[in-house]
Amino acid sequence: MEDYIKIVKNGLWTNNQALVALLGLCPLLAVTNNIVNAIGLGVATTFVLVASNVSVSIFRNQISKEVRIPIFVLLIASFVTIVELVMQSYFYDLYLILGIFVPLIVTNCAILGRAEAFASKNTWGKSALDGLMMGIGFSVVLIILGAVRELIGSGTLFDQSALLLGSLGDTLSITVFDDYQGTLLAILPPGAFIGLGLIVAVKNWFDQIKTI
Amino acid sequence: MIQHPVLKAGTLLLVFTAVSIFFVSFTHVSTKDKIKYNEDQLLIKRLGELVSDYDNNILEEKFSKQVNLHDTKQIISIYPAKKNNKTFAYLIEHTYPNGYNGNIRLLTGVDTSNQLLGVRVITHRETPGLGDKVETKKSSWIEQFSGLSLSNPSESKWKVKRDGGVFDSFTGATITPRAIVTASYQVLVLFRKQGFPNKTER
Repeated sequence: MEDYIKIVKNGLWTNNQALVALLGLCPLLAVTNNIVNAIGLGVATTFVLVASNVSVSIFRNQISKEVRIPIFVLLIASFVTIVELVMQSYFYDLYLILGIFVPLIVTNCAILGRAEAFASKNTWGKSALDGLMMGIGFSVVLIILGAVRELIGSGTLFDQSALLLGSLGDTLSITVFDDYQGTLLAILPPGAFIGLGLIVAVKNWFDQIKTI
Repeated sequence: MIQHPVLKAGTLLLVFTAVSIFFVSFTHVSTKDKIKYNEDQLLIKRLGELVSDYDNNILEEKFSKQVNLHDTKQIISIYPAKKNNKTFAYLIEHTYPNGYNGNIRLLTGVDTSNQLLGVRVITHRETPGLGDKVETKKSSWIEQFSGLSLSNPSESKWKVKRDGGVFDSFTGATITPRAIVTASYQVLVLFRKQGFPNKTER
């Protein structure tokens, strides 16, 4: 039981892939200019993480050490392709926005990193939990960064959520500041770096308070 | 059982590749119709914004043609809009290479009296917050082109205001509106010079 609690804590906080390991920055910085994009990429990444962790851990005794990396990459790439095709057929509008970033999930080192560091040494149950928690930890950072950038950059929250939820999403979209001119810096890539830096700083600050 | 480590590794890779291919192909086969349907719907929606009262299967009758447009040789896609078997407008998909960040894909509709039905941006990489006001969901700027022709405004006025023309540009972004104005103008010039595209000549 203790193991499982540790896995949850690791994924969400202690070893958060985006804030501590600083892995997967390419998609993280590229799509977080609003919440809806962040949620879309977060869900897709979490799914791939769980699927790759489970499949790697199931076959961990069969996969020989010499060829493990190519096999991991093969598995991850297959899952990403499947996610891309499914997204293209059921969330086409979202795919039009996230399209070029979905294949980039393959290059998200967090996924290969968990396959190598965790799934290849643990049972499938633990690996699934690890994948899920790492994925949620990563998604939460995506969503916070997305919210901050959307709010400062364009003055809205949950704009275009119809892309994810259909007509239900229209009621969710909030314009926080009316007649807001927008802050370009927050939308452009430098804003993503600054925002992520601030979130990392806040996390470290919390950790410091706890140890004192 | 296979003993040699290289053979063993090779077999392992082969098995995993085969299984992966199977799953990816299975997903591909079961989603491809839906994806094609989505793509067609998007295109029909886009075309429908420029021309609505056609009765032909506009996607089936699409053809392409090589032309000199925007100072480059490019292959454009042409969708003829017909009513009672008579073509009354053409929607062309073309690339304007000199946006602020490179290529802008445009859909331009021109009717048989050389009038613009309208212009829409399909894809672009202009600056978010500045140049992206050419999208319909950000601003109605691009809707002003419907109904214009080479005599309205006169040819020398087919420029943004800063260059002495009649079109507004955006605060902080002149290059993007200039690109759209120039691209639309050049499509009209192409139609005047070459006449209407014909499916048989290629």
